[in-house]
Amino acid sequence: MERTKGRKVVKDKEVGDGDLCWWLVHKGIAASFLCIAVFALLVRVAISLHPYSGAGNPPKYGDFEAQRHWMEITLNLPVKEWYRNSTTNNISYWGLDYPPLTAYQSYFHGLFLRFFHPESVSLFSSRGHESYLGKLLMRWTVLSSDALVFFPAVFYFVLAYHSGRSNGHKTHIAWHIAMILLSPCLMLIDHGHFQYNCISLGLTVGAVAAVLSNKELVACFLFSLALNHKQMTAYFAPAFFSHLLGKSLRRRNPALEVLKLGLVVLGTFALVWWPYLHSMEAFSRVLSRLAPFERGIYEDYVANFWCTTSVLVKWKSIFTIQSLKLLSLGATVSTCLPSMVQQIWAPSNHGFLYGLLNSAFSFYMFSFQVHEKSILLPLLPASLLALEEPFLLKWITLYALFSMFPLLCRDKLILPYIAVSALFVLIYYVPSGRQDRKEMRSFNSFFTICLVSCSVVLHIVYLTMHPPHRYPFLFDAMIMLLCFSQFMLLAFYTNAKQWMLMKRSVLLDKEKKLH
Amino acid sequence: MSDLLWFFAISTCLKLLLIPSYHSTDFEVHRNWLALTHSLPLSQWYLDETSPWTLDYPPLFAYFEHFLSIFAFLIDPQIVDLQKGLNYTSNSVIFFQRITVILSDSCLLYGVYRLTKDLDSGKRILIWVLVVWSPMLVIVDHLHFQYNGFLLGILLISLSFLEQGKDLAGGFFFAVLLCFKHLFAVAAPVYFVYLFKHYCWCGLVKGFRRLSVLGAVVVAVFAVAYGPFVYHGQIQQVLRRMFPFGRGLCHAYWAPNFWVFYIVLDKGLAFFLRKLGFAIQTPEASFTGGLVGDSSPFAILPQITPLATFAMVLLALSPCLIKAWRNPQPGMITRWVTYAYTCGFLFGWHVHEKASLHFVIPLAFVAVQSLENARHYFWLSIVSCYSLFPLLFEAQEYPIKVLLLLLHSIITWLAFSAQFTKGEEAKAAARIKKKDEQLKLKGNSSRADKKEGFVIGGVEKSYLVGLLVVEIWSQFLHPLIFGDKLPFVPLMLISIYCGLGIMYSWIWQLRWIIRSPNL
Repeated sequence: MERTKGRKVVKDKEVGDGDLCWWLVHKGIAASFLCIAVFALLVRVAISLHPYSGAGNPPKYGDFEAQRHWMEITLNLPVKEWYRNSTTNNISYWGLDYPPLTAYQSYFHGLFLRFFHPESVSLFSSRGHESYLGKLLMRWTVLSSDALVFFPAVFYFVLAYHSGRSNGHKTHIAWHIAMILLSPCLMLIDHGHFQYNCISLGLTVGAVAAVLSNKELVACFLFSLALNHKQMTAYFAPAFFSHLLGKSLRRRNPALEVLKLGLVVLGTFALVWWPYLHSMEAFSRVLSRLAPFERGIYEDYVANFWCTTSVLVKWKSIFTIQSLKLLSLGATVSTCLPSMVQQIWAPSNHGFLYGLLNSAFSFYMFSFQVHEKSILLPLLPASLLALEEPFLLKWITLYALFSMFPLLCRDKLILPYIAVSALFVLIYYVPSGRQDRKEMRSFNSFFTICLVSCSVVLHIVYLTMHPPHRYPFLFDAMIMLLCFSQFMLLAFYTNAKQWMLMKRSVLLDKEKKLH
Repeated sequence: MSDLLWFFAISTCLKLLLIPSYHSTDFEVHRNWLALTHSLPLSQWYLDETSPWTLDYPPLFAYFEHFLSIFAFLIDPQIVDLQKGLNYTSNSVIFFQRITVILSDSCLLYGVYRLTKDLDSGKRILIWVLVVWSPMLVIVDHLHFQYNGFLLGILLISLSFLEQGKDLAGGFFFAVLLCFKHLFAVAAPVYFVYLFKHYCWCGLVKGFRRLSVLGAVVVAVFAVAYGPFVYHGQIQQVLRRMFPFGRGLCHAYWAPNFWVFYIVLDKGLAFFLRKLGFAIQTPEASFTGGLVGDSSPFAILPQITPLATFAMVLLALSPCLIKAWRNPQPGMITRWVTYAYTCGFLFGWHVHEKASLHFVIPLAFVAVQSLENARHYFWLSIVSCYSLFPLLFEAQEYPIKVLLLLLHSIITWLAFSAQFTKGEEAKAAARIKKKDEQLKLKGNSSRADKKEGFVIGGVEKSYLVGLLVVEIWSQFLHPLIFGDKLPFVPLMLISIYCGLGIMYSWIWQLRWIIRSPNL
């Protein structure tokens, strides 16, 4: 036993010599994290030089204008008016439809904008404001939120994730950090298209890290905040719920544990919703803003189940919205049930990460009103699992990027799309001599080459050719079909993997008992 | 090679992302050159005055622009239109020109590859990190817009040939470089002395033969470049364009060199003498105004002529030339050439701040040789990168330049400390072994554990902290306290402070060259 260990150390050293990034890691995790974080920030700043969604496109503009408008509204109106339609707040023009934490964040960012450039957030007159300084300040609010929320959360996660493992090579940790921080989709959507996903996803990563380091109460607090920043974070809720429930059931006093967690969640919610709790009416108004069922079960060409199968089955005309709601709820719950059951039955840190991925996948596939951008949610746990499932991460990232390609084309973000995807591939394949990359060789052969070349061709076709008049969205539909098939495969694989994990741990337990 | 490509590809991704950022008037300069080399016959290239940005680079660069303009015409004919293309800033021209810079960096790639292929892997990676990811190149080439990566690549190729002992090829590439950009000529004396002593100094007959071969090669390069213009009888016009001495001693933003102190001393003296009651005339031309005419800008100190700066540069170069004459060794040539560029930067006529690239980039190859060199390089690269900050004055690029410098300093610090701690560890281990063998004393080994890592000295450290203070003052406190008054003070402060740093680096390099043993 001793000898094999010694040999392994020697091997590691040899690996380190052929390694391009040996200098990056020798000062420890913190130093390499700092270095990678500065690089990631630089890439984000560079992306933010490019156009955003709806740039110079009146009258409705895009997400950039929505966020700016929220700053304008929250800054100039009292809290109670934020979600209410009135003469000063026309809800049909980018009305606030995110939970209150987003509104507070808009308020603080609005203060920042008003300090340097008051015209950009003045009531009414600032609609469609697109000055040099205004745009720059808006970009800097996203950058600072990323640096203040997402980056520290990732650092916490990396510490928590790697603290229990002694066998990890240092360069692997650096690679892991880079994979999380340089996730191309997140960077493109936040700093190119313009959104604040970094805040809600950052809070989620913080909650995951808290779970991994056994601080359930902190996890509940952070995850509730994440939910209150963006309702879409609910994609992760089943995983958090089942894992924490499963863990509590194993404690001496399950009821008390569950009660504690529940109180923290309720308390956080009450804190965030405080201004709207004085009357049922105010509360329900905000709630109705958050769930825009009237917008239909899907939008554009998102690669999920409803949209893809609508090629064959016209869901929207067969069913009423009410029954579609029930249908999608049923489908979502039933698909994430296996993963939940697994976590309640045998909660483990590993299984928890898979559970996050699985529940996010089933929400993306089957829930009501899904955007292309929602693929960011399954992507996050996939990047957290980068060391376990490098191939999964590569595959899901490439196809998530592809599924957002039409959107990014509309935003004129093709150049950053290419550059950031290339950066991802380069860092993924860093010639570091990592020998134990668990990539399935057989899977890597003919099949993948076919798929990759297929998608490259589709990219080129999408950019250069005009679709036939009868089917103006032919290429979008093809992209959607391809991405859907890949996501479906990956979802099956991760579900199976989560259950296999349990088998393995049972086997390990048995082995331990035998010895 | 594939590893080097990886480093290069990472930086290429970043460069691609930076395409829409701010670009200076140099962008329009190069666009105009594309247009005039494309639409005019060769005989008109150095005569044309359609745009104020006339062609003032040597002919090979003009040919290079002509070559690029072929593709530019295919992409968008308006780019190369002499009249309609003026101040043309559509996406096509921005993408085209930016991408030509990115592609021409492959020359730098080849130069780096040639210079590092025989080194051990640790040093090699270190150099790649320093050169291929150089923040200064990104700032000057890919934000401000120039082709320095390409030109420095030629210099590195030349140096790599010299280091291998292939003097003829080294001389050839240096001649080519001179025909691309004549500002590189500062190192010509070093090249001349070195090649003469190392290549031609071997017996009378053989030496003479070698001298004539070398001469023929250099003359051939110059003939190819300047021949057509000699044929058209324009050589005087070409030279007048290439050496516009009328532009004055200093650039609009003072490059952080020796003359900054000269000007400041002059101003200070004038101020005090005026206070003492002397009648001192205020010079007509001012330094902060930009273009300077022929009148003397100095109130008290004697005027500086181009000839004086030339003499100063030669004087500063002389110790290095003597060394090169006495003992021309290939291992030292990179150091000598960088020293020459440092002298040219400090004492030259109308020096641009961008010229600091000429010595910082090649110095990276010297920096990995020892801990002392690494310390000096770490410090110098930060100072000279900081001195480029005024090139990018718009708010949008502010985080980019700060992050670039920050990233560079973190990376160099990590890389140098990894390299030299590793080396020290090995040495310490060897020492322990020796001791163990000799004295058979195992108790002593704990003393050797104290390893000397990569730490920079107190003076340097406080200087870097001062850099931070200067930046905070000029960016935030100055506008806050003085508002729009005295707008030149922050820039002056930066050039004086960086000037101090570069003077220090010059002295350091000079001392190193003088002290190096005559083996």
